[in-house]
Amino acid sequence: MLILRRTDIPPSEITPATVYGDRRRFLGAALAAGGALLLPHAAQAALPRRFDQLARSPLSTTEPLNSYKDITTYNNFYELGTGKDDPARNAGSLKTQPWSVTIDGAVEKPGTYTLEDLLKPHALEERIYRLRCVEAWSMVIPWVGFPLGDLIKRFNPTSRAKYVAFTTLHDPEQMPGQRRAVLDWPYVEGLRMDEAMHPLAILAVGLYGEVLPGQNGAPLRLVVPWKYGFKSIKSIVRISLTEQMPPTAWNKSAPQEYGFYANVNPAVDHPRWSQKRERRLGELRKRETLPFNGYADQVAQLYSGMDLTRWY
Amino acid sequence: MHWLKRAVFLLCLTPLVWLLALALLGELGANPIEAVIRYLGDWALRLLLLTLVATPLRLLTGWTWPVRLRRMLGLFAFFYAVLHLCSYVVLDQFFAWDIIWEDIVERPFITMGMLAFLLLLPLALTSSHASMRRLGRHWKRLHRLIYPAAILAVAHFTLMVKADLREPLFYAVILAVLLGLRLLPAPRRHPVTRET
Repeated sequence: MLILRRTDIPPSEITPATVYGDRRRFLGAALAAGGALLLPHAAQAALPRRFDQLARSPLSTTEPLNSYKDITTYNNFYELGTGKDDPARNAGSLKTQPWSVTIDGAVEKPGTYTLEDLLKPHALEERIYRLRCVEAWSMVIPWVGFPLGDLIKRFNPTSRAKYVAFTTLHDPEQMPGQRRAVLDWPYVEGLRMDEAMHPLAILAVGLYGEVLPGQNGAPLRLVVPWKYGFKSIKSIVRISLTEQMPPTAWNKSAPQEYGFYANVNPAVDHPRWSQKRERRLGELRKRETLPFNGYADQVAQLYSGMDLTRWY
Repeated sequence: MHWLKRAVFLLCLTPLVWLLALALLGELGANPIEAVIRYLGDWALRLLLLTLVATPLRLLTGWTWPVRLRRMLGLFAFFYAVLHLCSYVVLDQFFAWDIIWEDIVERPFITMGMLAFLLLLPLALTSSHASMRRLGRHWKRLHRLIYPAAILAVAHFTLMVKADLREPLFYAVILAVLLGLRLLPAPRRHPVTRET
């Protein structure tokens, strides 16, 4: 039996009433605006708008949550614009239904699957994680998802599988930010196999008990809480198991600033700003940044013997 | 001229009033401290560039009235730069002097911003008529420091950005044009002026 310190209150009730009301207004407005467009697809909708009876993970933090509004209006998702508020504004053009994901590379069972088929065998749970952005701000977010390792195992990786590469949808029609070469599209991210199989690494499909909004990486995104946020790739269409370390988007853009590992590390500064402290959104004073974003007990052994100054 | 100066004075204050209104209404977004710093920095830079418009405008059109607004625009640029710097020291770092010093020494974009501010400081201090008289011909040489200050301010912005350089480059182009136009030959005096 799991003994949890958290009470049995669903996150919707923990949220301040004002924010909760705001969230409904937001959803209501989105539904009203997109209602006509959404209706023809409604029959295919396999993901519910709200996820009920979510299992609560003991891996969740008990820290106070950031509001739904903060989490969904302050985003780095350059495919939908480079301003923090651009993704929320432009998310409407992203069509997440139907959605399919290709699994390929060093697996015994490659193929392209609809999102519904991909998710079917997995029990969704709530994971409340800290998210630390490389820009020195952080949030606490109640994700809905399942362990990435469980998904990878289903496709029987072969012995050649050393890394997992993820690719975001590349469609400038739906993602206006891709019409300019701010980064080398499509966005690619990757993990070493042991990182990907770690129980803290999840694929998320929702937040605050609801389906992910476009600006947060709908319909399927990675969440790796001990790494800087840019590793947690959004709107995934492809998962490839590879023998070589995949070339990742920000690393290609500025290799001296963004490493492949990108573990949260207060001892290694970004060349242009300090990583020693961070601003938790909603707090006035900065707080100390913790090694591996406070998940060192669980993940530090993955990097034993590695020089983290070199492998930043 | 009097009414024009008053109008420009009020116009220069509107960004600050607007910022206070947004703050009071809680409309500064999820990261209000960052929003305040960026906003004040944007306006410091815009007003600094506006200060540099007077001379090329005179060279191109012969108008002298923009030159008479120049001091006020420059002082407002300095005013917003002071607020920008204060918001960084107080709101962002909360007087953590050790970290602020490390930022100035180790982060080129902050070094440049601080240098730009230090170059503007003597200009603001010697902006009065009395200073102009006292410094004589040195005043003009001293106030040419606005050129390196503006270049440093644009560099400060450019080096801060992660990947999308559109906005800082927009300001860089404007600055290049404003500096380039100064190389134009001075316009011949208007005949009317010559007769007087």
